[in-house]
Amino acid sequence: MEKFQTLRTTAVPLPLENIDTDQIIPARFLKATTREGFGTNLFCDWRYQADGSPRAGFVLNNPRYQGLILVAGKNFGCGSSREHAAWALYDAGFRVVISSYFADIFRGNALNTGLLPLQVSDEVLARLLAGIEADPHLALVVDLPSQTLAVPAWGESFGFDIDPYKKECLLNGYDDIDFLVNQKPAIEAFEKQRAWTW
Amino acid sequence: MCGDSHTSTHGAFGAVAFGIGTSQVAQVMASQCLLLSRPKRMRISVEGELRPGVTAKDLILYVIAQLGTGGATGYFVEYAGSAVRSLSMEGRMTVCNMSIEMGARGGLIAPDSTTLAYVEGRPFAPKGTAWHDAVAYWQTLYSDADATFEAEHTFAAADITPMITYGTNPGMGIALTGHVPSEVPAAEAESFDKSLRYMGFERGESLLGKQIDYVFIGSCTNSRIEDLRAVAAYVQGKQKAGHVEAIIVPGSKLVEQQAIAEGIDKIFAAAGFELREPGCSACLAMNEDKIPAGAYCVATSNRNFEGRQGPGSRTLLASPLVAAITAVQGRIVDITQYLN
Repeated sequence: MEKFQTLRTTAVPLPLENIDTDQIIPARFLKATTREGFGTNLFCDWRYQADGSPRAGFVLNNPRYQGLILVAGKNFGCGSSREHAAWALYDAGFRVVISSYFADIFRGNALNTGLLPLQVSDEVLARLLAGIEADPHLALVVDLPSQTLAVPAWGESFGFDIDPYKKECLLNGYDDIDFLVNQKPAIEAFEKQRAWTW
Repeated sequence: MCGDSHTSTHGAFGAVAFGIGTSQVAQVMASQCLLLSRPKRMRISVEGELRPGVTAKDLILYVIAQLGTGGATGYFVEYAGSAVRSLSMEGRMTVCNMSIEMGARGGLIAPDSTTLAYVEGRPFAPKGTAWHDAVAYWQTLYSDADATFEAEHTFAAADITPMITYGTNPGMGIALTGHVPSEVPAAEAESFDKSLRYMGFERGESLLGKQIDYVFIGSCTNSRIEDLRAVAAYVQGKQKAGHVEAIIVPGSKLVEQQAIAEGIDKIFAAAGFELREPGCSACLAMNEDKIPAGAYCVATSNRNFEGRQGPGSRTLLASPLVAAITAVQGRIVDITQYLN
C-alpha cells in the first residue's frame, strides 16, 4: 500500500446522498482478478452514455473540476461489500473521499486500499460543496499526522477522526496482514486456551 | 465472515456473521483473524402479530423505511420482539439478510426452539451427545434482561402492511397503498428528486395501478424453497399477465432440485413463469438475466439502486407474495384484496 502523509489539491464535488457501490462500480465490471483498471469504469452509468460517449452533465466529464479529492453527499459507499469500489476511486486518481458519513464496509475497504475516507460534519460538507462549486481552484490540504483538513483560502482548518492503528498503517504504507503475521504467537496462544464450542 | 455484504443472513441462527472486503478476506486466509473495531449495539423489537399478507420481507422493508438506508451504520443489530420470534427460520433469514440495507454490519436473532427444530437432523448438524452439548450452549446465546444497547427501536407489528419501494435505495419504501412522500428535508431534496426522475415517479403520487414489465422472484433475500412454495400456492391455476415477464430463480441447485421434486416447476410453467438458472441472477445483472433500460421490475431482492438489475432498469422491492400477485395482475395492486 502507498504511504499517505499530506496532500494539497483541488477537489471534485458530487453533492448526492447515499451513493452506493453499484454506482461507483457496477457489478458487471467485477469479473477481473487484479485491482487495477477499474478507474475507467468509475461511476460508469452516470459518466457514459450507452454508446460509451461521455455524459455532458456528469462532474467527472466537466474539465472545470479536477483534483485528487472527491467530496460527496452523506452515507457514501452504501450497499455491497465490493472492495472494487475503493479500487476504482483509487485507480481513477482519488486519494481522499470527503463525506459527512460513510458506510462501514466501504470505510474499511477504503482504508485497506490507501484511500482516506475523511468524515466532516454536515455543515462543513455543505460549505465545502458550495465553496468548490463557486471556485473550482479552491485548494484543500489534508494532513494525516495532525488529522486536519485545511482550507487555506478560508483561513480555516477542521479536525477529523481516524482509528489510530489505521492511521499508522496509512502513514507507513503497512497493510493488516503485516501486522497480523507478527501477532502469530499471541493468536496461537489464544487458540490453545479457548474451549471448543459450537 | 465472507466477501459478500449479505453474509448477515446467517444471523437468523444467532450467528455473528457479516460481509468483508477482498483485503479482509485475504487477512482471514493468511491469519485466521480479522481486525475489527467493536460495533455499537442496536436492538430492533417488533411486537404483536403480523397482519394477513404481511411477511418477513414487509417487516424488514418497513424497518428500513423507518430508519433510513444509513440508519444503522456503525451498529450490529439484534432483532427481537414477539413478531420476530413468530417468524420461521426462512423469514428470519430474510430479515437478517437486509441488515446491511440500513447500514448495519449484521443482524441476528437469538436462537430458540424454532432455530433448534430447523437445525436438528440437517447435514453438518451435530449428532448424538454432540447435539445435546451444542443445544445446551446455543441456549445460552440470548441477551440478558438487563442488557444495554446504544440504540433501541420498537415497532408495532399492527402498523406494518405490505410494502413496496418507490426510489433508488432500500430506505425509500412505502405501504403498497401509500403515497410517495411529498415533503423531504431541503438537504435531501436533490438526491430525492434525482431518484424519482430515475424511477419516473412524482412526489405525493400513489403507485397503485402502475403497469409492471418484469417480476423477479429470487436472490439471497427470497429464493428459498419456502418462498417458491408461497409463490406456487398463489399462482397455481392462474396465469401471469400477458405483458409481464416473470422470472423465478431458485437460490441454489438444491432448491431447484427440491422445487422439481415437489412439482412446483410445473405450476410455474403453467402460470407462464420462467424458471432460470439458480444463483444471483437478475438481482445484480451479473449474468444474462437483466432488466432492460426504463422497464419496471417488481423484485424480491434487496437493492433497488440505479442500474442494479441492468443499466437503466427500475426496481421496486417487495415480498414474494406481492411479486406473485403483481405478476398475475400486471400492475401494482392492493394485494390484501387478492389473497387466496
